[in-house]
Amino acid sequence: MKYIDEFRDPQLARQLLQEISRKTTRHWTIMEICGGQTHSIMRNGIDQLLPEGIELVHGPGCPVCVTPLESIERALAIASQENVIFSSFGDMLRVPGSSKDLFMVRSEGGDVRIVYSPLDALQIARENPSKEVVFFAVGFETTAPANAMAVYQAAREGMANFSVLVSQVLVPPAMRAILSAPGNRVQGFLAAGHVCAVMGYSEYEPIAAEFGVPIVPTGFEPLDLLAGILKTVEMLEAGTPGVANRYGRVVQREGNPAAQEVIRKVFEVVDRQWRGIGMIPMSGLGLSREYDRFNAEKKFGVSHIVASESPLCMSGSVLQGKLKPDECPAFGRECTPLHPLGATMVSSEGACAAYYNYHRNVSFP
Amino acid sequence: MSIAPACPLPIQQHETVQMAHGAGGRLSQALMQRIFMPHLSNAFLDQLDDQAKFDIPAGRAAFTTDTYVVSPVFFPGGNIGELAVNGTVNDLAVGGARPLYLSAGFVLEEGLPLQELEIIVRSMAEAARKAGVLIVTGDTKVVGRGQCDKLFINTSGIGIVRKDVSVSCRNLRHGDSIILSGSVGDHGMAIMTTREGLSFQSGITSDSAPLNAMIEAVLEAVPTVHAMRDPTRGGVAATLNELAVSSYAGIEIHEGTVPVRDDVRGACELLGIDPFHVANEGKLVLSVAAADAPKVLEVMRAFDCGREAAVIGSVVADHPGMVVMRTAFGSRRVIDLPLGEQLPRIC
Repeated sequence: MKYIDEFRDPQLARQLLQEISRKTTRHWTIMEICGGQTHSIMRNGIDQLLPEGIELVHGPGCPVCVTPLESIERALAIASQENVIFSSFGDMLRVPGSSKDLFMVRSEGGDVRIVYSPLDALQIARENPSKEVVFFAVGFETTAPANAMAVYQAAREGMANFSVLVSQVLVPPAMRAILSAPGNRVQGFLAAGHVCAVMGYSEYEPIAAEFGVPIVPTGFEPLDLLAGILKTVEMLEAGTPGVANRYGRVVQREGNPAAQEVIRKVFEVVDRQWRGIGMIPMSGLGLSREYDRFNAEKKFGVSHIVASESPLCMSGSVLQGKLKPDECPAFGRECTPLHPLGATMVSSEGACAAYYNYHRNVSFP
Repeated sequence: MSIAPACPLPIQQHETVQMAHGAGGRLSQALMQRIFMPHLSNAFLDQLDDQAKFDIPAGRAAFTTDTYVVSPVFFPGGNIGELAVNGTVNDLAVGGARPLYLSAGFVLEEGLPLQELEIIVRSMAEAARKAGVLIVTGDTKVVGRGQCDKLFINTSGIGIVRKDVSVSCRNLRHGDSIILSGSVGDHGMAIMTTREGLSFQSGITSDSAPLNAMIEAVLEAVPTVHAMRDPTRGGVAATLNELAVSSYAGIEIHEGTVPVRDDVRGACELLGIDPFHVANEGKLVLSVAAADAPKVLEVMRAFDCGREAAVIGSVVADHPGMVVMRTAFGSRRVIDLPLGEQLPRIC
């Protein structure tokens, strides 16, 4: 298939792998930020092919994984109400709250629908003027423009029956938190390609300078990932921190100005709770004052709902790269995709789910 | 001034299904005569008894049932009617049985246009004719509007198992070749393209087809086939996992040997779905001794539904109970069962 097969070419992959091996003279720990990258690494077995010196640790870039438990509880509370159509990306439906998930709300009679775009949720609202339609707006900078656009459109059309439950997070504050944490092992980053497509990569330049790390915007196909790893290794070996783009066909330094503008219009930067990690100051987006009437938390009076995590789940350490999923004692035992203790085992982008789905119980040479 | 007739005649010719169509009275009879009998008529059904009576050839009988609730009932490449016939025919055939007789039970939603019902019944008749089976008994019930979605169909089937074959999902042997009859994911993605909120233009059509003629030819040529399955819900991934678990054997699949249509791959990429997890309705997975694989392939490729048949992997001594993919890069990964609901009501 055009534009896909070119980036999955086994011959070119072998050449890149040889180059990485040739350049690697010592042990390096590299974090891929995005759960989509983790998924692709596991799916294609790239970790099995890298030289021993290169260790990949998996970052917090899985929106479902870092959405705090209290947001899930608030979603469950709203979705259970009469006259509400609650819409969400599919992955969120299986994330367990303290006693149930959105699928269970649906089986109890709640109108919970999977949509592929927030604009589809908006369409549902147009078609059901007598119902309250709520969209679960989760994600990183990648989903923020479309989520903002849905709110912006709703405002323009004067829609009163549409609102969003917002749990938007931002990558750069999380990178700072990881690099500043005691015991941090991460020496270089593969930055999340799609986040950079929206935001560009100029905001990573101060981080690279302050912490002395290479940050390489990287795509998701096998050759993208190998090219990103190679560049990171070259910069680490040469001792030249900075930002180098290896996803040029999608990412520009300044990102997508139109997308950034709609984010700025609708959202403002706020403190945000990250599941498994905790509060990170100024690490998320919330509706700005002008669009606060679309805030589902306020509309449905669920802001008071708080929740706490299973003490067994160590997803916080996994999300910060301190622990590999299969090093968790609950992995594959108390915690499986059917009975997940934490969101990292639920989402297709979650590191624990990727390990479970692709590597479980098999010792690959 | 016009005068309305004092005693209007009841409407005889309805255009949609009425509750009375399922009440056993005149309208039920009218439905039989107008919609079902013209298409499905045969010596057994024409008796209009509460049961069909027939002789069964000597040997082991195979008996199966399946209920079809696909939404929408009309989809690119087919409809619920032919799906209901082909699905049950295939469930018999993959057990090494020659399908003979089917039953058909209908749950109709009040308000279903009779024209749509007739199209569906007609394609059931065509599918039965193609597969060489007879629909010998049936039942119709009507439920109120909103109590089902247009119509649900249950079909059960009886077949006779060939004497010389013993196929079972517990029969995988070390060294077997795993053969797949053609491209994966066509049916599921054809349904996907029609779904509300997902609709996109594509030429993807369902692969719904009867497999019994091809299977019979395969078993005629190589009666020692070890296992056969049709990979419907859960896709090829679920079928391979069932075989691996039931036989406590390892299966290794080679990436790149599994045919996937370009448009199906594109749609899967777009939606983040693994084609291995997507339903098929006219595909066959079988396990056979490696030495017999070329013969099986030759036979399968003579059929439309097996033209792209290929060896996609083998049964290995490692990782019993698991399916592992050897990637194009030389690495390996587990192929797991799909989890939860990928797309509801696909068949």
